[in-house]
Amino acid sequence: MPASFMPSAQELMRFAPEMLLTLAGTLIMLLEPFTESGNKSRLAWLALGALLAALGLTAVSAADPGPAFSNMLLIDEFGTFFRFLVLAVGVLTILISTHYLRSGGHESGEFYALLLFSIVGQCIMATANELIMLFIGLEVSSIASYVLAGYLRDDKRNNESALKYFLLGSFATAFLLYGIAWTYGITGTTDLSLIRSALLNPASRPNEVLTAAASAFLFVGLAFKVSAAPFQMWTPDVYQGAPAPVTAFFSAGPKAAAFAMFLRIVLTGFEPLKKEWEPLLWVSALATMIIGNFAALRQTNVKRLLAYSSISHAGYVLVALTTHSGPGAAAAMFYLAAYCFMNVGAFAIITHVARRDERYVEIADLAGLGTRQPLMAGLLTVFLLSLTGIPLTAGFFGKFYIFKVALDQGFIWLAILGLLNSALAAYYYLRVIVVMYMEPAPEGEGELPAPAAGVLAAAVGSAIATFFLGLFPSSLLDFADKARRIFN
Amino acid sequence: MPFQLPAEVPLSWYLILSAILFVTGAAGFLIRRNIITVFMCIELMLNAVNLTFISFSNALGKVDGHIFSFFVMVVAAAEAAVGLAIILTVFKNRATLEIDEVSSLKL
Repeated sequence: MPASFMPSAQELMRFAPEMLLTLAGTLIMLLEPFTESGNKSRLAWLALGALLAALGLTAVSAADPGPAFSNMLLIDEFGTFFRFLVLAVGVLTILISTHYLRSGGHESGEFYALLLFSIVGQCIMATANELIMLFIGLEVSSIASYVLAGYLRDDKRNNESALKYFLLGSFATAFLLYGIAWTYGITGTTDLSLIRSALLNPASRPNEVLTAAASAFLFVGLAFKVSAAPFQMWTPDVYQGAPAPVTAFFSAGPKAAAFAMFLRIVLTGFEPLKKEWEPLLWVSALATMIIGNFAALRQTNVKRLLAYSSISHAGYVLVALTTHSGPGAAAAMFYLAAYCFMNVGAFAIITHVARRDERYVEIADLAGLGTRQPLMAGLLTVFLLSLTGIPLTAGFFGKFYIFKVALDQGFIWLAILGLLNSALAAYYYLRVIVVMYMEPAPEGEGELPAPAAGVLAAAVGSAIATFFLGLFPSSLLDFADKARRIFN
Repeated sequence: MPFQLPAEVPLSWYLILSAILFVTGAAGFLIRRNIITVFMCIELMLNAVNLTFISFSNALGKVDGHIFSFFVMVVAAAEAAVGLAIILTVFKNRATLEIDEVSSLKL
């Protein structure tokens, strides 16, 4: 056995965040039976500590970038960026979920363990440099997510959400995998940089029809995972049915990781085919924005409204992806970071308002929140304005960079149609704000309790991040700009 | 002259078989209404992928395709464990496995 099969200490250090989270998740499951039902929040603290330690280890491993495990993983700035992002989403999710689970009497260790395992999968998706490794990361993330979607076993909405997520998610995985198998067949490798050279080399250039088929299968699988049209139909049902903190997680973590995977495949391995991918992405980006925005106009359920809004935001990121350029990748990364914070923040407030068993999830239930709880209403307003793209918030610069890149790269019509779409989106976000401030609180409704400390911390933290990115966008954009250099 | 089988089955035959299996699975997923059958269709699609991996691996004279098919099998097994558990809870709460009767979240 060659000595190179043993990973060196350097490689293990690069993989340390994932190893730490896996150990912590396993430890939580082992401790679970020995923890009395009143003390379950200790496990939440353990998970939170593990995530913060993983953030630290990510920073340490970023100081020594390079490949690990014979090029299976590539720890570069791009991967580090998404590692930081999904870990931060994990921290916010734990803060939101502890009180939610405790008030319903559902708090247990599995929830936190599954959350950690799902985040491990997303970290692997962010750093994988090889199609099979991407698939493993995706499945580690997805299988844990299927269970989280149906976490409240006796709730019919949860059941349905988990079932739909599982069936459609596995269906999409099969397509992605078939695409990987064909890519392996025509190029003889699954390593993204070797795929690139195989596609570039005129002597070994594979059959065009087969390459197109492999690309199409990969596209179907990836589009499902980022909920891009025409494969977005599972998103509203899954987001509406899952527990509110879990929806906050789904709308940010797995989506950011899936986009990391999408960016890496399109901009490294399949970069030689950019002329062929371009029309596909163009149409999908436009359709995603239009379907998301028009369907959101008609929603009365807040979770469903935000589900359609998250579809339309995937459309904006796809606009950046369509440009197939380094600046486009940087714009997409900035947008995803902004989107994660504002969306998780909005879901934190929704979790608070929904209360036990999620009885209050209609837009009408938000009536009078401006007078009942001015702080919560103010925070939700910040997130909704940022989702709309109002200046001074992160959402504004996110959209600005994306449409600027689209114009610079000559995608004028796509930029114009995207801008029209984001104007349309203002209508449904502002409608929620109007209901909060202009309409009187419904009578005979139970008192809205004060927000739990965790929810408050998550919402305030997200609001600070939203403002920070809105006031000092260059701090993050410089990092994203450095990270996207790997694509040139 | 009587029909003669080729001495060695060519790669394309395996690939056509796997494509037929994959399409059967995908069509079944879209047409069938029983959750267990739908789930079996997904497994069929994954096995079609395995066949593709192994035939390419054999044609290319590399072992990595064989190893990938093991990865796929492991993941499929994990997926089956979680999937059947989810289907079981749905059945406990609704006493039906017809997909149309399970759907209540709507516009």
